[in-house]
Amino acid sequence: MLDYMKQTLDNGLDVIVHEDHRCPIVAINLWYHVGSKNEKPGRTGLAHLFEHLMFEGSAHHDSGYFTPLQQAGAALNGSTNSDRTNYWEVVPTNALELGLWLESDRMGYLLPALTTAKFENQRDVVLNERRQQYENRPYGLASMALMATLFSPEHPYHWTTIGETADLQAATIDDAHAFFRTYYHPGNASLTLAGDVDPEPAFELVRRYFDGIPSGKPTPAVVGVAQSQAEGQETAKASYLLLEDRIELPRLYLAWRTPPLFAAGDAGMDMVADVLTGGKTSRLYRTLVYDRRLATDVNAAQGSRELAGWFCISATAAPGHELAELEKVIADEVEILAAQGPEDWEIERSLAQVEAQFVYRLQTVGGFDGRSDQLNAYNVFTGDPGFMAQDRNRYRDITAGLVQELASTQLNVGGRVALSIVPEGSPERALVGSIPAEVA
Amino acid sequence: MTTGVDRTRLPDPGPVPAVQFPQARVVRLSTGLAMRTVEHAGSSVVQWIWLVPTGSAGDPAALPGLAALTADLLDEGSSTKSALELHAALDRIGGRLGIQVGSDATSLSLITPSQYGAAGLALIEEIALRPRFDGADFERVRDLRRSRLRQMRSVPGAIADRVYLETLYPLHPYGHLGIGTDEALCSMTTADVEQFHRDEYLPAQAALIGAGALTHEAFHEIAESVFGGAPARAPVEAKGGVRVVPDGVENQTAKIVLVDRPGAVQSELRIGHVGIARRVTDYHAVLVLNMVLGGQFVSRLNRILREEKGYTYGVHTSFDCRRWPGPFAVQGSVQADATVESVQEVLGQMEAIGGTLPVTSEELNLARAALTKGFARGFETAGQIARGVAQLVQHDLPADEYDRFITRVDQVDVAEVTLAAATHLRVDRAAVVVVGPAEQVAEGLATLGLGEPLRLEA
Repeated sequence: MLDYMKQTLDNGLDVIVHEDHRCPIVAINLWYHVGSKNEKPGRTGLAHLFEHLMFEGSAHHDSGYFTPLQQAGAALNGSTNSDRTNYWEVVPTNALELGLWLESDRMGYLLPALTTAKFENQRDVVLNERRQQYENRPYGLASMALMATLFSPEHPYHWTTIGETADLQAATIDDAHAFFRTYYHPGNASLTLAGDVDPEPAFELVRRYFDGIPSGKPTPAVVGVAQSQAEGQETAKASYLLLEDRIELPRLYLAWRTPPLFAAGDAGMDMVADVLTGGKTSRLYRTLVYDRRLATDVNAAQGSRELAGWFCISATAAPGHELAELEKVIADEVEILAAQGPEDWEIERSLAQVEAQFVYRLQTVGGFDGRSDQLNAYNVFTGDPGFMAQDRNRYRDITAGLVQELASTQLNVGGRVALSIVPEGSPERALVGSIPAEVA
Repeated sequence: MTTGVDRTRLPDPGPVPAVQFPQARVVRLSTGLAMRTVEHAGSSVVQWIWLVPTGSAGDPAALPGLAALTADLLDEGSSTKSALELHAALDRIGGRLGIQVGSDATSLSLITPSQYGAAGLALIEEIALRPRFDGADFERVRDLRRSRLRQMRSVPGAIADRVYLETLYPLHPYGHLGIGTDEALCSMTTADVEQFHRDEYLPAQAALIGAGALTHEAFHEIAESVFGGAPARAPVEAKGGVRVVPDGVENQTAKIVLVDRPGAVQSELRIGHVGIARRVTDYHAVLVLNMVLGGQFVSRLNRILREEKGYTYGVHTSFDCRRWPGPFAVQGSVQADATVESVQEVLGQMEAIGGTLPVTSEELNLARAALTKGFARGFETAGQIARGVAQLVQHDLPADEYDRFITRVDQVDVAEVTLAAATHLRVDRAAVVVVGPAEQVAEGLATLGLGEPLRLEA
């Protein structure tokens, strides 16, 4: 579906090239296989803070990463999640070498340029990012409360990628240096070039810039995974939590532990989500929003990550309605799906969405979720950049029986976390028996 | 050091490959509808846009929110399909429908895999021209919009946007958000929606744009089969949205408005005044000016407030170039204890760039390059191309506007930018809107020389 060539350099760097000459641009996309799952309690948020530091200059270009690239007409950004950190530039064809110069300089020679002043400045920026995206945003603390409950304190998904404020404040520049040495080296990275490039000269150019960077030690195993496997989702116990927030309408989140990315059942849970809340003809939208008008919105999604998955349904109560009404309808619909399975037309609808989505995903070469990002994702998580066809087949193989089975085995009330977010001063509007969640 | 790599200097990228904006072919369908099509080689999708030349500024004075409510109801059933049937049809072709209501235009966009291009346009026709406007659907959607309006009262950015527009345009239709007011939503009826649709969604006034995997001929054939049979309606003069020029920046006075959000950890800021219309002669100089001041990551304001002081996750500036002068705004969210200093810094930089600290040649080069050298990136997908064409139609710009863009931007010099700054950045007329903790910021804001803050409710 997506043609590519792959080579692995002697230092362990995976290099993938995808050719498309329609538009005179090249996407440079670099993944480091490190995220907040690699952090330790007490130093949460470090992976993401580190991503910020990667834009502050490196040994041979110590004056900001953006300027020369914007001068060349590039767009660029980066992001961090629990499992990986990605960096990308989309450059006009002529600026490919510039991009590789800069990416290789910060992979090989970041630390000499990493000063305390930069570290402290970007920590302030990240604390403001946290305020803006989480603390000062309605319902903004939901993910923190949910993850902290779905995953035990040892499990690295217990905390969210933005990290705890106290941990960010406690982090030191030595932590940052150690983090770089441990995780930022070619053997822990995957580089994709996509767009207006010819493979052979592209590989040669990459080798010129990256071959000399030492390979680094294998990265340490993620801590806390063993416990998570021992726990299993069966042992998770039902929890009822509440958060009071500066909001007008209460919102209910129901969440479960589910299979990890690409594991059996992962794609099937996407389809469970689609049957329940995908579009206006979905079961929960129809019941909650369209027919009974109990809710203003309802969403469900399977969060597929490397170490574990989780499934979350959320719905906001319409004025005059309470979360208990929403909970009843959602539980009933899940039970019906578990008992009877989906109709054929629901599977067909869902599959049509998936097929279209795989077409839409091929439209851009660069940026978040562009072709280069997808090739790296498949390479990092499966070892096969060409996994897309298999990925799509996961959905084509789904049967009504599987959806029914997943609904009945994965979404039990016994392993469910129910979080009620209610207006300040109205804790009584949470589901009965909810206790205050501890988030900062 | 890596063999063969010179790390003493950055490689010179050399010249950028020449790019040309894909040319749209214009045809008029037998019904009189104007259609523009772009063939996009190698694409696997078809993107349609149906552009209606009226947006929220076309709301009747007593009914702010009518344009957006009307647009929201378009996909809630057609003359032949219920809302659920319509969405089932969209789902079957994997279509993604988007309905956007701007101040001066409303656009319906639909993307489908290429084999469903014809089915997609047939649905656009139903949605745009034959909406059902059923009473029960009306009530449901109106209530959903009222709920959203209510939720917006706890979203700092939404509060700031609303208050900012009301402050800049007290007497003009640009002064309200598309969603309108609760009072107006409550008083609307299906008859209002039907009337608005009858008056504003006229095929003869609309523009149809198709881009993607089809040939011009195939686009044309599909459009004729979808629209060709429809009887031509008697030509009616569309209201075409607002025809009133808003008060310019000269008629504004500097002021400061504070919306209290007790205990908030940040203050949401909007700072600026009425800006420019799209069709002004110094448009390109203003674009360059905006890049230097706050339109990109490496801009003066972001550099100072984020990269030097760490007060914010980011600030940016924009000139919203509309049919009539739209808002210029500096916006961002800053930590509460740095509110006053941040506002002061913004005002100082707005003032300086037109006077004591004019743009440097480095800044000029960077801003121009960022605008022109990345130009190709903006026309990679069928959707980007279709939206580019829609912009030309909406602002009645010449077909070669994008081809001249690079030349025009490259001609902008320091003197032009400084003149644009002195003309279009007016600290003496600026409104400052702060949504933040009053107990922490009110006193300091009063010392800025903009008078005592006017206190408004969320």
